Amino acid sequence: MKTGKNAGSYEQLYHNLLNRILKGKGDSSQEQRQTAFNNTGLLEPLSTLINKVAHHAYKVTDSDINAVKNTAVSEDQLFELIICAAVGQASRQYESGLAALAEVTGKGGQHAS
Amino acid sequence: MRLDILNNGYKFGTKLLFSIIKLVSGYPLPDAARLVFYRPDFYGNPAKQFTQRTMRGPSSWSVGDRELMAAYISRINECTFCVKAHSAVSASAYGDSDKIEKVLTDLKTAPIDQRLRATLEMLGKLTREHVIHANDVQAAMTAGVSPQQIEDALAVCFAFNVTNRLADAFGFFVPSDDAFEAGAKYLLKRGYA
Repeated sequence: MKTGKNAGSYEQLYHNLLNRILKGKGDSSQEQRQTAFNNTGLLEPLSTLINKVAHHAYKVTDSDINAVKNTAVSEDQLFELIICAAVGQASRQYESGLAALAEVTGKGGQHAS
Repeated sequence: MRLDILNNGYKFGTKLLFSIIKLVSGYPLPDAARLVFYRPDFYGNPAKQFTQRTMRGPSSWSVGDRELMAAYISRINECTFCVKAHSAVSASAYGDSDKIEKVLTDLKTAPIDQRLRATLEMLGKLTREHVIHANDVQAAMTAGVSPQQIEDALAVCFAFNVTNRLADAFGFFVPSDDAFEAGAKYLLKRGYA
């Protein structure tokens, strides 16, 4: 078995990341983090920011960030929610790719939980 | 960066480490590296483990190939910091910066292997349209890409679709080309862990 810093399967390391940001301790609630991850059911101005992170992050502005900070969301909460939004969108794309691969190879390779 | 905690919220030992790195390398630690030092238990540590496995772990794609995938995905996401950073690493790994420029300018005519071109096309579609289907995977396999190579490439795509979004949302500072060259040497020697 391979050991060291290159070790571990993609599936295990992927789930470690998702489980940590969604289920582990944080300044925001698990429900808030899951909502940001899913990019659904958010209120403004957080909705605009999270949707930009998910779909065109290069368009995020200082104003988008400051608008959320002005609603009493702390910087640590914002740090977590932005990470959840980025990982959430990337994971939907990743799992689309894995599902397509599994369909072609006939193997159950999808990591989705 | 746009959050004060990512500029000033580090523990004393971490700030000391940042100072030592600047003293030794001549450049401030890039924001991509600073990010993973902030509350590393939440994001930095698990993200580094996935990225290290993806970019430096076992794969029949070379390090240069994987860094080129990272640069190409970053170009589609319009992430300036990551395009520059991973173009520099890929160019250094290949010993050929012209190839990187040609891929980023026109993938169809770039002087690369058909398997790599087909894989980049698949990753490009996934990044641009957020979804791919069996026919997209089949197109890459018809070009000679193995299922394992596709799985490896999809992992690269995930890692950089996360990092690109964080770079632009948090507002990573884009340093000089010399700083990116120094960063490329570090990433080639030490990796992401």
